[in-house]
Amino acid sequence: MATIIVVTSGKGGVGKTTTAAAFGTGLALEGKKTVVVDFDVGLRNLDLIMGCERRVVFDLIDVINGDAKLNQALIKDKRVDGLQVLATSQTRDKDALTREGVEQVLEELRKEFDYIICDSPAGIEHGAQTALYFADEAIVVTNPEVSSIRDSDRMVGILASKSRRAEREEDPVRSHVLITRYDIERVKRGEMLKVEDVIEMLALPLLGVIPESQSVLQASNVGAPVVLDQESKAGQAYRDAVARYLGQHLEYRFVAAERSSFIGFGFFNRLWRRSA
Amino acid sequence: MSIFQRSLRGSGVLLSFFRASPPRTADTAKERLQVLLALERSSTSSWPNFLPQLQKDIMQVIKKYVEIDDDKVSIEVERGPEVSMLDINVELPAPRGSAQLQAAG
Repeated sequence: MATIIVVTSGKGGVGKTTTAAAFGTGLALEGKKTVVVDFDVGLRNLDLIMGCERRVVFDLIDVINGDAKLNQALIKDKRVDGLQVLATSQTRDKDALTREGVEQVLEELRKEFDYIICDSPAGIEHGAQTALYFADEAIVVTNPEVSSIRDSDRMVGILASKSRRAEREEDPVRSHVLITRYDIERVKRGEMLKVEDVIEMLALPLLGVIPESQSVLQASNVGAPVVLDQESKAGQAYRDAVARYLGQHLEYRFVAAERSSFIGFGFFNRLWRRSA
Repeated sequence: MSIFQRSLRGSGVLLSFFRASPPRTADTAKERLQVLLALERSSTSSWPNFLPQLQKDIMQVIKKYVEIDDDKVSIEVERGPEVSMLDINVELPAPRGSAQLQAAG
């Protein structure tokens, strides 16, 4: 039975699609059968970030409408075994994304995959609500910046009240925060919120900290999820986040100045264990 | 070059160093967010959404007696597992009329 993970944030441009692509690819690299599904109808971009934009023939909406079989719409990644992409429609209306239709597709995917990653659109409207509705777990992507944190907090509230798990009074959606575009130098100068501050305010376990990195843009330029670039710090940080998600206890890299990393380890390690 | 001149030049370098470094704004961000999130959580969760109205009511009552700015009253809820604390802080102006009051009394 697959686990459904929604990648969400509320605010746009914080790295949802980058994270969905990198995290999904990272899970597949760990041998998990993973599908990444784009829920951003009308503004599809996951295919571009995953580098399969020219192979999209059918999409999620086609499957929902019965115009294509699921197998016709799933795109196998050419680099990583066990990784597939389900693109969404660029032209259809958002209302095509019906809850019943999505449920059917997800149920079918559940039989075949270990993990289903739902790449949510920005905002808190229909598309975002549909993306999170069936989630078992959530990755809340947050920049260390006031508007992003506020929106993330809002999303945490919506996950706790509007998901299917909430409506059925089941165990709540397990939410994690992933901090992206973290700049240690600016944190040291007091210009950017610290990881500890973000965690304290959102009160969620910390899945990972992705440092601000030029390699993220380079990765999207060529359509290769940044996690495949193990030379880059961002790629390594995503790999760490995946390993942490799968239960390993790993030091949080790229969060503290070199000299204090030992102290930092103890502190952040506790953060994860306490809340996980 | 005298010691005085040298120290002047030194302080100039020091001053420009301070001027060049941007202000440490992260703390401001944290404070603003903490206030905002507390308020917004109270309005979106199951917690009764009476805090903004309570704040207005308290303001009106206080204004019957003293002149006070809107930002001098803060109301916060600190939620605990068992009980929650309603924390009302009213910052009164300095008793500038205390002498007058005594005279009147």
